[in-house]
Amino acid sequence: MRPTILRPAQAGSLESSDCLVTVSPGEPGSGVKVNIQSIVMNQFGDEIRATVEKAVAETNVTDILIDVNDRGAVDFVLRARVLTAIDRALGKEEGR
Amino acid sequence: MGENILGRVIPDDVLGNKPLFAGAFARSPQGRKASPPLKAVRPGENKVLASIKEAIKASGLKSGMTISFHHHLRNGDYVLNMVLQACAELGLKDLTVASSSIFPIHAPLVEHIKNGVVTGLDCNYALGPVAEAVTRGLLPRPMIMRTHGGRVRAIESGDLHIDVAFIAAPAADAYGNINGVDGPSACGSLGYAMADAQYADYVVAITDNLMPYPLHPISISQSLVDAVVVVDKIGDPKGIVSGSTRITRDPVGLTIANYAARVIEAAGLVKEGISFQTGAGGASLAVAAYLRKYMEERHVTGAFGMGGITGYFVELLEAGLLRTILDTQCFDLVAVKSLKRNPNHIEIDAGMYANPWNKGAVVNLLDTVILGATEIDTDFNVNVTTSSDGIIMGGSGGHSDTAAGSKLTIIVTTATRTRLPIVRDRVTTVTTPGETVDVVVTERGVCVNPRRQDLIEKLSQRRLPILAIEELKRQVEDLTGKPAPARTSDRVVALVEYRDGSIIDAVYQVE
Amino acid sequence: MKSLRRSLLFVPGNNPGMILSAPVFGADAVILDLEDSVAPNQKDAARRLVSEALRTLAFGKIERIVRVNALSTPFGEKDIGTILAAKPDALLVPKAEPESLRRVSAMVDEMAPETGIIALLETALGVELAYQCALVPHVNGLFLGAEDFTADIGTSRSAEGIEISYARQRVVIAAAAARIDSIDTPYTGTEVTDEFLADVRLARKLGFTGKACISPRHVQAVNEVFSPTQEEIVFAKRVLEAAEDGRRRGVGAVSLDGKMIDPPIEARARQVLMRAGLLGVEGGKRNG
Repeated sequence: MRPTILRPAQAGSLESSDCLVTVSPGEPGSGVKVNIQSIVMNQFGDEIRATVEKAVAETNVTDILIDVNDRGAVDFVLRARVLTAIDRALGKEEGR
Repeated sequence: MGENILGRVIPDDVLGNKPLFAGAFARSPQGRKASPPLKAVRPGENKVLASIKEAIKASGLKSGMTISFHHHLRNGDYVLNMVLQACAELGLKDLTVASSSIFPIHAPLVEHIKNGVVTGLDCNYALGPVAEAVTRGLLPRPMIMRTHGGRVRAIESGDLHIDVAFIAAPAADAYGNINGVDGPSACGSLGYAMADAQYADYVVAITDNLMPYPLHPISISQSLVDAVVVVDKIGDPKGIVSGSTRITRDPVGLTIANYAARVIEAAGLVKEGISFQTGAGGASLAVAAYLRKYMEERHVTGAFGMGGITGYFVELLEAGLLRTILDTQCFDLVAVKSLKRNPNHIEIDAGMYANPWNKGAVVNLLDTVILGATEIDTDFNVNVTTSSDGIIMGGSGGHSDTAAGSKLTIIVTTATRTRLPIVRDRVTTVTTPGETVDVVVTERGVCVNPRRQDLIEKLSQRRLPILAIEELKRQVEDLTGKPAPARTSDRVVALVEYRDGSIIDAVYQVE
Repeated sequence: MKSLRRSLLFVPGNNPGMILSAPVFGADAVILDLEDSVAPNQKDAARRLVSEALRTLAFGKIERIVRVNALSTPFGEKDIGTILAAKPDALLVPKAEPESLRRVSAMVDEMAPETGIIALLETALGVELAYQCALVPHVNGLFLGAEDFTADIGTSRSAEGIEISYARQRVVIAAAAARIDSIDTPYTGTEVTDEFLADVRLARKLGFTGKACISPRHVQAVNEVFSPTQEEIVFAKRVLEAAEDGRRRGVGAVSLDGKMIDPPIEARARQVLMRAGLLGVEGGKRNG
């Protein structure tokens, strides 16, 4: 069975070059839903989505809503924030 | 379809009979200057009119004509909005507004365009709601975007005929003498208004500070002014001049500025009589601060400084490091006060500053100019007109003029802005051609235009982080990824005119 | 070691903008910090961000050092495990004392044996046992952390630094004895002032091989002070030529400018030229 998260969590910030990632539990069977807002949507919208979806897939977590409010984060930052938010939602980490 | 030498394609229907850009100095002028009509004002006649509407009526302004404004009041300007409101109330339509720049405060223009009062725009710089509305296709005819020098060229050659010029006057007397250094809306130099005053068919001074005759100093003479109108306020001082502009403290900005100053030094330009222009931004000023150190070490005095003048330039002047400031535009109150106080802080008009088609503009005598960029391509073409989304948010101003004139044109910029790389395969819009740009300085390295082998040799003898612009592009893209180009339609919303009147690029509509 | 450690620039580990610009200031090393610049509830985020940065960002010749949290905290072990997996050039280990260093050293041995360790000596015991710290496997630098150290011995910092003079000298001597780097505590202001420059020059005079920086504005001056000057390089070359000449002629003692060249002077000259060689310079400056 793929893991699911039980509580919402956040990681990152709204500083320039960062992003604020908020994850919350989705309806059973809803899969992975990604919602992106970005100041560079026109230039990098597709890359941002691909990076976020790849990072989520690595955790194998499902039935999750992921909100990304991006302030120009590059791929490794997006990835780090998504993974931290999911770890926090799974209760693996100390941060909130 | 016409294609210019930079590979920019301009549709025939918007190009009309305008020439395509063929090189920075490809065109030469022919013929004679345009001239305003002869006038006479007889003894006893009164130039002061009761209201802007009275002045509009007296000027003979009709639908379809061109009215002009200067941008010295910047984002604090009330005059353009007041005049357009009066035009609308008088039922005028189909006007062309030729304002040297358009700022966010001019948002009411959007309604006037929607209502057909205004159908044409002509400016050197546009930022804010009007620029955005134009990019989204609001205007029926393409907006013309010129350079500061190119606007004067266009006026003097007759390309841009001004029927009525409305001149915001921080100080005026009843017979039409004007200056910019006195009064509650003091803005300093009136350099961009002078060609309008000389060449318009009818000239109206609009002031909130009527002074006893004769006003002094005089920047624009009574002999050019038809009418004077007194209003409550011509502008908001908070938007006219900024507080003191400070040198950046951002370590990335300081790193860039330090490299730029070292480039100037390595090029052998730090010597007696150096002349330079910087922008008024904190990072440009930091270049001046590093340059100052070299000048002090070598006991060198500069001949002149130009640009958007700020308190920092005044400090250089008063410390004896600059013999003069040549000023077309003050950016802060310290500069305004200095223009009034210091005899070697000299107000010059935009034509003397930058017009390519007169008997010699000051830009030709610049040793170096420090400019910014929104995007640069690997041929060193620079965009300061549109954002990477394709939205108009600037324009040449003096960018292309100083780049063409100066011995050493340096672009200073961070290598990325948020996630957007500055160096591109192709810039969204060409404002300034690469043949006039010598060096690009970023925190990640210094790129020298291959056309300047002499500079490459000089700079490589110094320990500067020099790299090819293609290599800088590759390194930055490794970090950011490659941005998608702006999504535009094939409808032209603005024509970008080079300083010689040729068309260097077009701006396309963004949905 | 791949290059000198003249300047080591601290960068907060949870700030993407500052991590991205870290390589542009000309520092010989960047220290991505998971410790004091990161709030306790963001330790996980910083650890992940730094680990991803190490895997992704191109730092060129710049040494990548990560300051982890001390093993005595709830974060230390996780930090070291996660960061070692991302292969930094070195770990900067806070509150270093021989025992804790040996534990870190064992983890390095197991996970990433090419990784160096810099011991951040900031307790009385750590400074007292500086040479023992220097001898722990993988340790290739000693770093004096003056803020915690002065607190530990019950005093506070002054501009002149009289309270840390013994600790500075002890750290320099222990590092020199073990033939590893000695790194001075950062100047705590952010401006480039005469006081800052005096502090940097003092550190070099005491024998430190480099100095940490908390502000990018300090990097250039630190590099300059810790680089051999043009005069030093010229003199060193003349010393070696004179010594070589003496040997060729079979003369036991040679002199230069009226002074005897003995083995320590020759050794010093070799060291100057080695540092100049590592910098790829003839004179005292290089980029940044």
